Amino acid sequence: MRLDSPTGLRLASAQTLALTRRSVVSEWRQLGNVLPGLVFPLLLAAVYTHQFERVILLPGFPAVDSFLDFVLPASLLQSVSFGATEAGTELARDIENGFFDRLRASPCARLPLLMGRLGGAMAVAAAKGVLIVMIFLMFGAEIAGGPAATVVVVAAAVLIVLAIGGLGQVLAILTGNQEAVNATFPLVFTSIFMSSAFFPTTLMSGWFRQVAEANPVTWIIDPIRRLILEGWSWSDVGQALGVPLVLSVITVTMAVVALDRRLGAT
Amino acid sequence: MTDRTLGLGHAGSVVSAICGRGMRRIGARPTLIMPVLLMPLIFVISFTGAFGSLTRVEGYGTDNVFNWMAVYAALQGAVFAGVGGASATADDLENGFFDRLLLTPGSRVPILVGTVAYSALRSMIPTTGVLFVSALGGLSLAGGPLALLTVYVATCGMAAVFCLVGLTVVYRFRTMRSMILVQVFGFSSMFLSTGQVPIHFMNGWLHSVARVNPITNVLRFSRQGFLGDITWSMTWPGLVALGGMGLVSGALSLRQLKRLAA
Repeated sequence: MRLDSPTGLRLASAQTLALTRRSVVSEWRQLGNVLPGLVFPLLLAAVYTHQFERVILLPGFPAVDSFLDFVLPASLLQSVSFGATEAGTELARDIENGFFDRLRASPCARLPLLMGRLGGAMAVAAAKGVLIVMIFLMFGAEIAGGPAATVVVVAAAVLIVLAIGGLGQVLAILTGNQEAVNATFPLVFTSIFMSSAFFPTTLMSGWFRQVAEANPVTWIIDPIRRLILEGWSWSDVGQALGVPLVLSVITVTMAVVALDRRLGAT
Repeated sequence: MTDRTLGLGHAGSVVSAICGRGMRRIGARPTLIMPVLLMPLIFVISFTGAFGSLTRVEGYGTDNVFNWMAVYAALQGAVFAGVGGASATADDLENGFFDRLLLTPGSRVPILVGTVAYSALRSMIPTTGVLFVSALGGLSLAGGPLALLTVYVATCGMAAVFCLVGLTVVYRFRTMRSMILVQVFGFSSMFLSTGQVPIHFMNGWLHSVARVNPITNVLRFSRQGFLGDITWSMTWPGLVALGGMGLVSGALSLRQLKRLAA
């Protein structure tokens, strides 16, 4: 099917929508699997707020009333990253159980095969993002940038899911194995730790500080945090949305190329 | 043919075969190496790097953050190793291999023990890696070589415990997807302990939870040799905690296995 004709594009959109719906319904039916992505980041935020109380007094730490405000972007990112890896795991499952082959045999364009799962993950991420922010607000966190900044924060989280999900799908296509894709979860988790998510880079030292400053997660976390702690800024909005958008384009393109190669090889 | 006629020798060969198959599986799928070896290494690097300034806070207990975090990263690696062992069983359940295992004569217990042994064995890979990297970072062996032994005992024990927890879940739900529950449980249990900061840094409910969390005792037991001398008073609570967690998770997983096989 050609995507460069209006009919082809319309059909591809309908197919993406149908596969996205399938993905969301699948998540809804297994709601227990969504819970870890909510419970764990909230637990971590609660733990860090209670164990790092002395740390916010260190010289060089941003001026915050509580570690809870500081850790909000990290918790949000962690929460949505759970769903992001699921997009890859589910694709690997489809490959393992043969559903993917049936889709290939159908007159379905290639891009919807990938975007369907990612669309589902993005929808779930948006819901989780809103919930996480609401819970933080309930426990006393404040977003200095106001409601508009809150929307940007959630939108950035959704774009991050697209970026991570694309990477998970590359692995799913290359390995066709759920266990291998599951292995990306700790990797994502660690890339969050090797950033400014839980500690400011100003309090780090040596090569680790350089790595953290060069980590794209830091480039996303820092503007989000400024929107939360300091207030609205167009440059922060641009950075918070622009960086994950560029990363998404890269990883989804890689997934499309990997899919093309896989289909070409079989 | 009964369990008695098959005997202990048969059970031992099943345990050995399952354990060996698991180790060969790691070699056959290099992507599986990542959580086994790389992740704990990244943990020790990221925890020491990100939270290195904790040593500047009065009362942290050491001036080198590796002395505090190395054991924590090694135990996290052991939890991964345990969950990975259970994940291999999830894979076997999904692809039908486990059904063929259940059709073989003899007790089911060696199947479980073999998987646990595989997890414990594979936990030694990340532990060694973490200790090596930490040594480069200036890890102190204040308690002498015995400090290393306590870490290996603790990590093998934790891998066995979390493998059993994972098997309990996987025998129940029979899906790879369910393993994320165990991963989260493992992470959470570790975070609700004295993994990153001493207990007197904590306040409120966290202080109470960390105090009763058995992993706090395991951490004390395995960390003591890097902070000072090894003493019996710090050792026995850790061993009791490992034994208790092993007994409970073992009983639960065996119960689920019997249900699955029925």
